[in-house]
Amino acid sequence: MAEPKRPLPVVDFLKIPPDGEPYLEGHKCKKCGAVFLGARATCSKCFTRGELQSTRLSNRGTLYVYSIVHRTFPGIEVPYVSAVVDLEGGGTVKGNLIDVEPNPEKIKLGMPVEVVFKDALGRKDKEGNSYLSYFFRPAS
Amino acid sequence: MSDVYVIGTDMIRFGRFPEKKVEDIGAEAALMALDDAGLGIRDMQALYCGNLFQANGMVGQRILQEIGQTGIPVVNCANACATGATAFRDAWMSIKAGIYDLVLAVGVEQMGRGLLGGTGAGKGIPKEGLLGSGTMPAVFAEAGMEHSRKYGTTFEQFAKVSVKNHHHSTMNPKAMYQKETPLEEVMNAEMISYPNTKLMCSVNVDGAAAAVLASERKARELGWKRAVRIRASVLTSDPWQERDLVMPDVNTCTRMAAKQAYEMAGVGPQDINLVELHDCFATAEILHYENLGLCKDGEAGQMIDSGATALGGKVPVNVSGGLLSKGHPLGATGIANIYEVSTHLRGEAGTRQVQGAKLGMTHVIGLGSACAIHILEKVG
Repeated sequence: MAEPKRPLPVVDFLKIPPDGEPYLEGHKCKKCGAVFLGARATCSKCFTRGELQSTRLSNRGTLYVYSIVHRTFPGIEVPYVSAVVDLEGGGTVKGNLIDVEPNPEKIKLGMPVEVVFKDALGRKDKEGNSYLSYFFRPAS
Repeated sequence: MSDVYVIGTDMIRFGRFPEKKVEDIGAEAALMALDDAGLGIRDMQALYCGNLFQANGMVGQRILQEIGQTGIPVVNCANACATGATAFRDAWMSIKAGIYDLVLAVGVEQMGRGLLGGTGAGKGIPKEGLLGSGTMPAVFAEAGMEHSRKYGTTFEQFAKVSVKNHHHSTMNPKAMYQKETPLEEVMNAEMISYPNTKLMCSVNVDGAAAAVLASERKARELGWKRAVRIRASVLTSDPWQERDLVMPDVNTCTRMAAKQAYEMAGVGPQDINLVELHDCFATAEILHYENLGLCKDGEAGQMIDSGATALGGKVPVNVSGGLLSKGHPLGATGIANIYEVSTHLRGEAGTRQVQGAKLGMTHVIGLGSACAIHILEKVG
């Protein structure tokens, strides 16, 4: 019997361990502490080579800034909240802020959010593969 | 080292010209600038051509194929929204280096309509609207939000930028739009990406602008009554910032460029009489008041409220109508700014003339990022 197809990660820095919870992966410079998304050879902050170490990014953070998008490319559902989130312990990630009314009165800069992992809004690639994405939602 | 001068400059009226080719409008602007200088293409020793969307299409050579194939060196350059300013700066450098005496710089773009940006598909599935937004209105909305976060800047204050720049454009016959937009109209226009409404987004237009640059020796020889001196030319890229992987930083590279430009010119922000800055979105203009040192950090909201940056104010900003109303043909914008500031320094700006203008600044930002700043001075 064929195994059910596992979803693919939406970006390289989303890791899906075979036996564990998905997480976002950063690469941290051992010399200066700068955190990058995705693997790289050289730190663009302090220029050190070969000293970047994989690190598991936190699932908690705070909303740095956002925009409520009402007009976008054809075929994409609006509105959505584009959010920049600073994760606890380092790393800044951009994504959709969900489970919140798309109204500036209801979204507070600096509010705590958590990273959640869900299907990528039903989007599939040409081969029909499903994808796992990350989202932010308000945390208490 | 001797200075470099702008001795001729012009731009076509920005608009939509789907029936024309990019080299047609580039050639038009080039001839207008040459006429303004009282020179011909045979006098030019090099051409620096800025164009983004046909960056691999030898646009500079195609322009010469329309106006005169003299065999001079042509450099085609692309640097996002700093494309035109980069071509102009390369022309400046070539004269500064003592290689040439007379050089032509052309910036030209045909845009088409619609949203720019978007989080590219890359591999896998499209990311726009899934991992936030990479559309330009959203990116600059988020940049504006950073200012709101720090200083409490309001939607209304951002909107006032559009009211001002659209008002300015009513006095500029070369602007795409020449229409007043009262505050309520700006704020109630279709919301594109909060807090940027449709009237707070720059206009995609076709356009071309050109400038003839001359060495000091040549400018003097030609009689430099209408010449404009280039006091500073600076280009920077984005230094590392902790959020810049997901949030393009338009501030730090502008601050670096402004500091270098003021030092190069030996002047300060208080000496500048007018500024054409990169108002690709209304939110951006607010940030750049502080980035360019026109006011202290945290005072940009107050600055737009006070009218200091309107025509007649302490330091008029974007009296051309800016990208918001004059239009933003990416590769042409940097040289169109040079035309605008030069026109004021020459005292030829008609009803929108900034009275007594002696020093002016131009500023562009290309996301990715590139920032170019020039300081120009009236001669005599």
